[in-house]
Amino acid sequence: MANPGGGAVCNGNLHNHEKQSDGSPSGNCAKNGIVREAQQNGKPHFYDKPIAESFEEAPLHVMVFTYLGYGLGTLFGYLRDFLRSWGIEKCNAAVEREEQKDFVPLYQNFENFYTRNLYIRIRDNWNRPICSAPGSRFDVMERVSDDYNWTFRFTGRIIKDVINMGSYNFLGLAASYDESMRTVKDVLEEYGLGVASTRHEMGTLDKHEELENLVAKFLNVEAAMVFGMGFATNSMNIPALVGKGCLILSDELNHASLVLGARLSGATIRIFKHNNMQSLEKLLRDAVIYGQPRVRRAWKKILILVEGIYSMEGSILHLPQIVALKKKYKAYLYIDEAHSIGSVGPTGRGVVEFFGLDPRDVDVLMGTFTKSFGAAGGYIAGRKELVDYLRVHSHSAVYATSMSPPVAEQIIRSMKFIMGLDGTTEGLQRVRQLAKNTRYFRQRLNEMGFIIYGNEESPVIPLLLYMPAKVAAFARHLLNRKIGVVVVGFPATPLAEARARFCISAAHTREMLDTVLENLDEMGDLLQLKYSRHRKSARPELYDETSFELDD
Amino acid sequence: MATAAEQWVLVEMVQALYEAPAYHLILEGILILWIIRLLFSKTYKLQERSDLTVKEKEELIEEWQPEPLVPPISKDHPALNYNIVSGPPSHNIVVNGKKCVNFASFNFLGLLDNPRVKAAALASLKKYGVGTCGPRGFYGTFDVHLDLEDRLAKFMKTEEAIIYSYGFATIASAIPAYSKRGDIVFVDRAACFAIQKGLQASRSDIKLFKHNDMTDLERLLKEQEMEDQKNPRKARVTRRFIVAEGLYMNTGTICPLPELVKLKYKYKARIFLEESLSFGVLGEHGRGVTEHFGISIDDIDLISANMENSLASIGGFCCGRSFVIDHQRLSGQGYCFSASLPPLLAAAAMEALNIMEENPGIFSVLKEKCKRIHKALQGISGLKVVGESLSPAFHLQLKDSTGSREKDVKLLQEIVNHCMDRSIALTQARYLEKEEKCLPPPSIRVVVTVEQTDEELERAAHTIKEVAQAVLL
Repeated sequence: MANPGGGAVCNGNLHNHEKQSDGSPSGNCAKNGIVREAQQNGKPHFYDKPIAESFEEAPLHVMVFTYLGYGLGTLFGYLRDFLRSWGIEKCNAAVEREEQKDFVPLYQNFENFYTRNLYIRIRDNWNRPICSAPGSRFDVMERVSDDYNWTFRFTGRIIKDVINMGSYNFLGLAASYDESMRTVKDVLEEYGLGVASTRHEMGTLDKHEELENLVAKFLNVEAAMVFGMGFATNSMNIPALVGKGCLILSDELNHASLVLGARLSGATIRIFKHNNMQSLEKLLRDAVIYGQPRVRRAWKKILILVEGIYSMEGSILHLPQIVALKKKYKAYLYIDEAHSIGSVGPTGRGVVEFFGLDPRDVDVLMGTFTKSFGAAGGYIAGRKELVDYLRVHSHSAVYATSMSPPVAEQIIRSMKFIMGLDGTTEGLQRVRQLAKNTRYFRQRLNEMGFIIYGNEESPVIPLLLYMPAKVAAFARHLLNRKIGVVVVGFPATPLAEARARFCISAAHTREMLDTVLENLDEMGDLLQLKYSRHRKSARPELYDETSFELDD
Repeated sequence: MATAAEQWVLVEMVQALYEAPAYHLILEGILILWIIRLLFSKTYKLQERSDLTVKEKEELIEEWQPEPLVPPISKDHPALNYNIVSGPPSHNIVVNGKKCVNFASFNFLGLLDNPRVKAAALASLKKYGVGTCGPRGFYGTFDVHLDLEDRLAKFMKTEEAIIYSYGFATIASAIPAYSKRGDIVFVDRAACFAIQKGLQASRSDIKLFKHNDMTDLERLLKEQEMEDQKNPRKARVTRRFIVAEGLYMNTGTICPLPELVKLKYKYKARIFLEESLSFGVLGEHGRGVTEHFGISIDDIDLISANMENSLASIGGFCCGRSFVIDHQRLSGQGYCFSASLPPLLAAAAMEALNIMEENPGIFSVLKEKCKRIHKALQGISGLKVVGESLSPAFHLQLKDSTGSREKDVKLLQEIVNHCMDRSIALTQARYLEKEEKCLPPPSIRVVVTVEQTDEELERAAHTIKEVAQAVLL
């Protein structure tokens, strides 16, 4: 690590030692130190403890009732569709213009059955508008519906200071203006908002260059390129990397943007089971041995598409195993670190650092700035050849408007903050605070007997609700108690596995988390959500200030 | 009685068996055995079940060498050496350290540098910070977004608008939200890349018609009609769409909207319009190509535009009737699965919209300027002007191609470089040559904005003329 970015990491390292010397047992210090050193020497160092992930199955009766719930909903849906078609029930949905009634219908009747009859009943729990920064608390605009959720009316009242458990504000960097954002303001005043051109034409600003250099430094790679939208970073760059005659091995739970990018590329796509290394290895083996179907030509290249943290499962990628597999079978690895960058790893460098690996083991490091950095856009980083190639061939670089300068500045500011280049260790403390909050929250939920999914270090925490009616009740009750949660159901999750998802932030204080936990506890009893059958005994709290160890 | 009869039949059968000749019995016996064999044996052989040994497999794995992830790029590839703009990319621009007048950014109304826009964005920054940290569904909907959607719908005089956080993703997400596998899309050959990607994502059948050629479009529509008559059951569920651009990015021409609308009703195909260049440019109030032709916006099923050109912010929007637009809130991939637009960008777009509404004169000024430079650029030796005279973005192409695209590009780049030396910032229109469906010929794109003074326009035209003369002759 010859570059000055290394300085920042070393800075963190020093800080680590300081922190550890004031309380934690030394074993972990050493280990933490090794991780750092390993990175400095560029030698991979495996994360040597078992990956603690749980995906507990629901009891049978829960599944039965869940399907029963959907069955009933569907039955009533048919009944009401019938009533609507006979004009007995008023249809509130927007309808086709008279003049175009004889066109081929824009939507097939069954296409919207689910939306019209099931989603609509509980749709007040999504798209809730807010009117403040998405910090640890936010203000929700109260809205009511006079026609059973077909339309909403704002009452003009504002529900103040709702605890935000929904935004991906991992490091608490999305907040309303304060002095630390001065540079963003300056850039806004100097540059304006738009760019009005593409990277290839007249839209490469000095700000973009500065940002790209910083991203490369932050990730400890040779080069990086940034794009204006996270979603488009995937969907517009994967087609530049692979094409016909190439094979994409994609995790079954990959984000829509990865799926779209893979489809647009024209490569053959095969799906492996979520985070399942046996499944991946089998596909890899078969691909290399048997080549392309029918013609039996060897594949040109194989690209493995995975995410760092899966946003609906809370699981963390099994990176060491994947790297080993990819090396064995000479495949290329593309990691989408949308949720993991800034949020895991001792200094927030994402899953690569989390497992103590060398960033060079990963061919394409992709991530977004929307979450931890409180901005917008995405990046791709890796070897210089890769980034140079993308500069020329990325769809985004040629056809899409480049990133807004104040947004770029927000990323620069956040990244410097995390790296400690602002001269404080506050960024590092935030990363640690996040890890601490995550473990505390997960621990307590486990103790209460909820089924929660994912890795115990992942700040994305899905809590399983299963039944559609409980989804609505859960979100509505919690909003009444001034807690904003995200609930997700089909089609984002399997039909029977509707869930609530908490995103832990470093900005959450212990009081806030305790308030949320208390309410969840009550809610769990009220709605009977404590499905877990290996309920843990209420252990004494392990993770208070003094005994907490970051890298355990 | 019946049983007696049955028994009699049985006895007869047994008797027949005794009487039958031996060869007959043997033959039947063989046939029966044959049937049993057919029933219990596999009907076909699984072909070439590869029985590779473990060792062979390991060898194959050992031997396989993939292509490199990316082929090497030569250091002097033209696209690698971006123009670097220092400071704001507004009217006066510093490109590669040189001060120039900007004839390259799509900042048509000069709102990029507008103090009011900046003030509005700043106010938003103070209240909301920068990022939204979530998609629209999960607390990423801010009051600003709702206001902006409302304002856009009102401005365009339609029912509903929906905003995306990226211009490119707008039409590219909107098309596949409606058009699915099996549906048919008629699309202009000159359609921009975002449309092409949207069509690819939709997996629909794509029929290309010649650029702005309505007879060609009608021919295709008629062909389809014949096809439909053969298979009316299929036709009843096959949606038909016509996708066109208001002002074509690749050609600088306007689509013949009145004819398109006629064809729409005649052949019952819905029209999707991409108005990224025409929104805020065409029409008396900048409402785009519908206003330009005086066509009711209700006749167009969906209008999509980005907020990155005239509005000088980031993002895009779709507007139309609620029946159509609302569907995207659950089906528009770039809407559902992406973080929402940073509020300060939404605030900037809203303020830009206010300015547009307050100064309707701005659009005729822009038109005047377009016409002026268009006229001034006529008759350059070796270069031809491609695009309509009221289009603020048009192309300069070589009159006679050298025969190789590479050489043409080099020549044009030389012109661009020389103009840059004489402080006129221009750029070539860039394409991904291998990805474009119908690759337009190489060209220099000239962009007119209201901020360019008449004197600057004259100077630019003059400079281009001189440089072209020097380079091409």
